[in-house]
Amino acid sequence: MAVYKRTYRRYTGELTPVWSRFLIVYRYSRRALLRSRLLTGFYVLCFFYPLFCALEIYLLHNLDFVAKYGFDVGRFLSIDNKFFFYFIDVQGALAFILTAFTGPGLISPDLANGALPLYFCRPFSRAEYIGGKMSALALLLSQITWIPGLLLFAIQASVGPRHWLGENWWIAASIVLASWIWIAILCLLSMALSAWVKWRFVAGALLLGVFFFGAGFGHAINAVMRTDAGDLIDISSLIATVWTSLFRIPIELGSTSAAEAWTALLIVCGICLFLLMRKVRAYEVIK
Amino acid sequence: MSTEATAISADVEPSPAVAAKPVIDLQGVSVRFGQRDILQNLTCTLSGKSIGLLGPNGAGKTTLINTLLGFYKPVSGTAQILGHDIHSDLKTIRSLVGYMPENDAFISKMSAVSFIRMLAELSGLPSEAALERAHEALFFVGLSEARYRKLGTYSLGMKQMAKLAQAIVHGPRLVILDEPTNGLDPVARQRMVRLIREIRSDPEMHVVVCSHLLRDVEDCCEEVLILKQGRIVHYSNLEAERRANRRFLELEIYGANGDFAEAVERLGCECAITANRLKMVLADGVEIRDIYGLAAERDVRIRRLNFRRDTLEDIFLRAMET
Repeated sequence: MAVYKRTYRRYTGELTPVWSRFLIVYRYSRRALLRSRLLTGFYVLCFFYPLFCALEIYLLHNLDFVAKYGFDVGRFLSIDNKFFFYFIDVQGALAFILTAFTGPGLISPDLANGALPLYFCRPFSRAEYIGGKMSALALLLSQITWIPGLLLFAIQASVGPRHWLGENWWIAASIVLASWIWIAILCLLSMALSAWVKWRFVAGALLLGVFFFGAGFGHAINAVMRTDAGDLIDISSLIATVWTSLFRIPIELGSTSAAEAWTALLIVCGICLFLLMRKVRAYEVIK
Repeated sequence: MSTEATAISADVEPSPAVAAKPVIDLQGVSVRFGQRDILQNLTCTLSGKSIGLLGPNGAGKTTLINTLLGFYKPVSGTAQILGHDIHSDLKTIRSLVGYMPENDAFISKMSAVSFIRMLAELSGLPSEAALERAHEALFFVGLSEARYRKLGTYSLGMKQMAKLAQAIVHGPRLVILDEPTNGLDPVARQRMVRLIREIRSDPEMHVVVCSHLLRDVEDCCEEVLILKQGRIVHYSNLEAERRANRRFLELEIYGANGDFAEAVERLGCECAITANRLKMVLADGVEIRDIYGLAAERDVRIRRLNFRRDTLEDIFLRAMET
């Protein structure tokens, strides 16, 4: 029917499958995330370091070409677990900045203007809503962390010596696991904070606060209580512990073991999910 | 009181098309927040094409709607909408229902057309069809010129219309409107009432209007459920009452009214006279033309003739006194 016909009529056409509805939220959220030119510019900037790493791998496997210009690249450059650890470290920091600016804007506009009843009065669940919103940010962060990490790994495996892949295959799993725990923490934390404060700028500031003040608070607890339990609320320290264990980097970061760090991070994820499920509902029940 | 409502509703003869499946069927629904009972043992069956939920502020109207949509869980009892149980068949109910909430509900940075398109897609419409329907819905509610504007820039009346558009965009079978005329000026209110009537005119559509404004409900609804302090205090089929009350007449007359009143009573009509006003109940077989005949014979001038019936305000005030 043409749009100028103004009488009401019912829709009788086909419906999309129920399982695919969360992709609608994903699509609209992603569009909203990349609406800002500044953030899009920063997002593009996030690919510079992976390109630089790819160049490093190229140079390392073309030493003869480089040696012509008097450089001895092989002496100070090697593609090993440390190379990928630093790659994830740098990209993880960029992912954090990207999340601080984009993450809180995912849910807060819906909450600020009371749009949630309009989502949930439709055949659409809270889990699908959170899944759709989270997948928009998670895919964005994936594109700057584990996806380029795996690409670099694949490049190195293809151009490097044959024994390299056999000896270092576990690095690929480490790249994926290290990225995913970081992405999960960033997504859930930013969404939970924005769900509770409803104001994206405050939520962004709170996200920074959770990491920086959390670290300070953890050290204060350690000093006052003469214990190491404060490390368990320092998320950046927990992440560092998990990453060093995943990439088998022999650095002593504190008394927290990798298992304890994993457990603490999973608990943080659980708390964030709980907070999200409490706040993301059509109407809040005040008892 | 709830059983009374059921009994009254059972007396009403719904049309055969809707007799099989009531629009809303409440069976002892109770909702409690903390220690406070918000809805208490609501039992009734509503089958009309347009149902009004009336009650003073805090009566539980919005809570009842939210319970029917599955936002709140009843502590006891159950309800069915269009034959689907709210406990076991919530997704089906939500696909059949369009909901216009009372409060602001929008994303301020989205344009009306993209916001409504997104909600249509969430209701299951394919992307292209959702876009087409979003345009149609906005044309229908009179926001065609403003459909590319951001919702945050809309006036209150425009936001109400946008909320109506999102409620009907997916073509639901039941539209629940919570205080649809809130904050509207008289012209916008008239337009809203006209739109509700037009939606109601679709043979498969049902409308529930929740309001504390009696005139809105009277203008749009044929059935009324009145709530007070979480209980049903009255059920009324306005259409049936309108039909029944056509035997009550109120006349303003000039001339020999005593003689005229006696003549009317001789026809078998009950009659009461005060100054130049005459109230009567027409007897069976007596038509208005007979009254005009008597008036002409006695040189009585009838200046005004009204079908005097209980207004919704009378019904509401009586219900509030119970």
